[in-house]
Amino acid sequence: MKIAFELNGKPASLEIEPRETLAEVLRARCRLTGVKLSCESQVCGTCTVLVDDIPVSACTYLAYEIRDKHVTTIEGLAVGNCLHPLQQAFLDNFAFQCGFCTPGMILAAKALLDENAGASDEEIIAYMSGNLCRCTGYLGILNAIRQAAAELQPHAKQKKTGE
Amino acid sequence: MSNAKKNDAKNFAVVNHSVPRADGVAKVTGTATYASDITLERMAWAKLLRSPFAHARILSIDLSEAKRQPGVIDVLTGNELGPLHPYYGHAVKDHPLLAIGKVRFVGEPVAAVIAEDELSAQEALDKIKVDYEELTPVLDVKAALAPGAVLVHGTEYLGGAFRGFDDFTDFPGSTKNICQDVHVEWGDVDAAFASATHIVEGEFYFPMVYAYAMEPYVAVADYDPNGQLTVYSSAQHPFMVRHDLAEVFDLPLNSVRVIVPYVGGGYGSKSYTKIEPLTAACSWKVSRPVKLQLNVEEAFLTTRSDDARVYIRTAADRNGKLVAKQATIHLNTGAYAENSPMVCRKAANRIVGPYRFPNVKIDCLAIYTNTVPASSYRGLGAAQITFPVESQMDELALKIGRDPQEFRLRNLANSGESIHPGLRPIDADVPGDVRIAHEVLCSNGVLAPKHGRSVCCSCSDAGAHPVTLAMVQVYADGSVSVLSGSTEIGQGSHTVLAQIAAEEMGVPLEKVRVLGTDTAVMLFERSTGASRTTTLMGRAVMEACREAIAQCKSMAAEILSVPASELIEERGGIRHGKDWLTWPEIMERYFQMEGCSIIGRAYLRRAGPFKSVPIFWEIGVAGAEIALDEETGKISLDTLVTVGDVGLAIHPAMTESQDLGAATMGLGIGLFEELIYDGQQLMNGTMLEYRVPRFSDLPRRVELRLVQNQDGVGPYGAKGGGEGSVNPIGACLANALYQAAGARIRSLPLTPERVWKALQEKKAQAPVAEKKSSAAPKPRARRTRVRKTRAPKRRA
Repeated sequence: MKIAFELNGKPASLEIEPRETLAEVLRARCRLTGVKLSCESQVCGTCTVLVDDIPVSACTYLAYEIRDKHVTTIEGLAVGNCLHPLQQAFLDNFAFQCGFCTPGMILAAKALLDENAGASDEEIIAYMSGNLCRCTGYLGILNAIRQAAAELQPHAKQKKTGE
Repeated sequence: MSNAKKNDAKNFAVVNHSVPRADGVAKVTGTATYASDITLERMAWAKLLRSPFAHARILSIDLSEAKRQPGVIDVLTGNELGPLHPYYGHAVKDHPLLAIGKVRFVGEPVAAVIAEDELSAQEALDKIKVDYEELTPVLDVKAALAPGAVLVHGTEYLGGAFRGFDDFTDFPGSTKNICQDVHVEWGDVDAAFASATHIVEGEFYFPMVYAYAMEPYVAVADYDPNGQLTVYSSAQHPFMVRHDLAEVFDLPLNSVRVIVPYVGGGYGSKSYTKIEPLTAACSWKVSRPVKLQLNVEEAFLTTRSDDARVYIRTAADRNGKLVAKQATIHLNTGAYAENSPMVCRKAANRIVGPYRFPNVKIDCLAIYTNTVPASSYRGLGAAQITFPVESQMDELALKIGRDPQEFRLRNLANSGESIHPGLRPIDADVPGDVRIAHEVLCSNGVLAPKHGRSVCCSCSDAGAHPVTLAMVQVYADGSVSVLSGSTEIGQGSHTVLAQIAAEEMGVPLEKVRVLGTDTAVMLFERSTGASRTTTLMGRAVMEACREAIAQCKSMAAEILSVPASELIEERGGIRHGKDWLTWPEIMERYFQMEGCSIIGRAYLRRAGPFKSVPIFWEIGVAGAEIALDEETGKISLDTLVTVGDVGLAIHPAMTESQDLGAATMGLGIGLFEELIYDGQQLMNGTMLEYRVPRFSDLPRRVELRLVQNQDGVGPYGAKGGGEGSVNPIGACLANALYQAAGARIRSLPLTPERVWKALQEKKAQAPVAEKKSSAAPKPRARRTRVRKTRAPKRRA
């Protein structure tokens, strides 16, 4: 079947098998290997991508469901050489070691901050508990999300007042 | 070694600073390549058929239907390995590429389907018909050691590459289900126990756990019939994989190339050879590149930790001085040896702990059973034995009527003291480390009801066998490449080695690049494990830089026509009087051409500062305050403190992050993690059922401390870290639980069910219950100053 969607801000159309998962399509057909696969059962959050700004587990999400939707992967977060504040915050706080969970972690955090830029520690912890990290013990990630939240919050407020 | 004192700690330009990670931008933008991201032209896919039985004879395998499936190229079984040497293993060559004649655990690979795509390979697995004759399985160590027990192997195997090394002196053979036995003894244990005033004894159990490296095992192999084999792998130890591949395929070392891109976590589980020979055999079979990507359920069936049953007794004299320790350790090694002989050796050494014991007697057995093969797991044997050791230290202290911390401090070896006859004296300040952890916990104030606190410690002979070779290439534009065989597994080796090279060469960090491991290019490094990379590879890179500088000095002497003795090395170049030549100027004038480069190299071996083993003692010191919910038995971690006694933290922030990561793995084993067998079958080998620590398990308070006394043999006095703090956590939790509720549990994990049951038992025997300690242990007078402990440095 043929599907049309928006991938990282650009229109895309692909021929896919109806049984293919979003992770398979993104990794094999689009060569976006920043999408990582681990548990393949919606437990670890490693394969998280955003579909219309909502985090989904690409390992079990069927690709045909992205028809006419916007898909964001880790490759689509930076603008040119300018990193997203979350990407910079992950660097600044050493919020990863092996880096395998990082794309999913950053995208889940982006969905959180897009929805709730002023998230409290409790809210961050509750929201992020669907993403596992085996290296860091999570503290660096929490600090990174706090930093990005602090940075993004004035923008979010500005946006609101601008409207 | 004079090098260690060359620079005053305050004068470091690059090392000892938390610089940006070398792999950082790649990892946050999704461009970092892992072995699972590798795709080659004409690449086929392999999928494995696994055994449904723990122990069975393979009577026949019918491949005809599977081979007819659309997309299937061929099917490989243990019968069709032709001229290959089908058994591998660095300790014992007992592991077949695919089951030969017999299967020895549920999940053992029996056949590999090679197809055009993953799905076709997967679908064809159902079409393979295997006839098995079931045999009695040996499912635990008790059954394995029983008289007349069925033998898991029952054949003699050849020793692997590491037989004859200091850690594997003898190999008892597999005829008694014993994969390895190790005996450690000094003094007169029997006499010491006979005359001791206080004795505690008990049996402890450390569970079977799974490392869950988030990237499952993967290999891509390309066997060229002209005799060149290239393998991309998620392996921690590429040179050991190369060794095994060269033996399986009977190829010279220069014809086997193992390339390791970024690795998605290992924690020991990716050490030594795993699926690489099988993947290469698939490629050999079909004369095309083949990818074998395991999923997590298959990774559960590939490696686990050795679970350990430990009988241990410890004795003290009337003054509270330790006098003797005796222990018998039974490790459940599973179906194949893998690295368990080393785990056995290390568990036997490490169970002594960082204490002075005049009398010691340890027997440790690694035992074959029909379960998933066990191998390295972070801490390598130390996590298994620190739980009993440190639980028993508290038990003994309380029996004597002493404060556990005071009792520990009285018996801990000081820096420079020997704990093991013949081994390097302790090169760390363990008593100081324990005091730091204790002070942090005490700063929480008066202990709340149903809270408990404990500080525990461990001491591991770390670094493994010191053979580490490295090169640095210095280019005519002043940029530098580090060619190191250490794997960047997340620990930050690419950053730390670049820092060392930048420090030595006097060039900006941005000018240094550490290349990813490729055995065709890099010199030999025994392994990336045993916390050795900073110490050994760091030292090798430092010495390779100094050799390159010496070459530049000779060139400068020729250029300036002056004796080399008149030249002084100065940051980024060579000075002679008023003349100062940078590396680029020297090379350009020497070669009279642009674009040249020189190589500096270093060969570290067991000599000089590395003659004495272990290379360093890796100390694990951690403290925990827990909160107990008596109604449910649920323990939560309120405060965690780790103390990293690392000599010098080349990168303080990453060093702390390693300590927290290791402690968090310890928390998982302490509270949730356990692989559960029901008969032959692993019952919880999926991430839906195997619970690892999550964001919500983050303690309320985390304190990560570093102690930097520059007392290691690594560069600038550094020594390894990153594994130590996994070890003490289980005992910290068990001791804190005892303080909170008076219940002593000698098996991990401390699940709510186990804790609740212990609390009920405690209540049932309440009238005879011993007096519960109600207050936090009082710290001893703080008369020792903490030296050079620094607050973490963060980038602005």
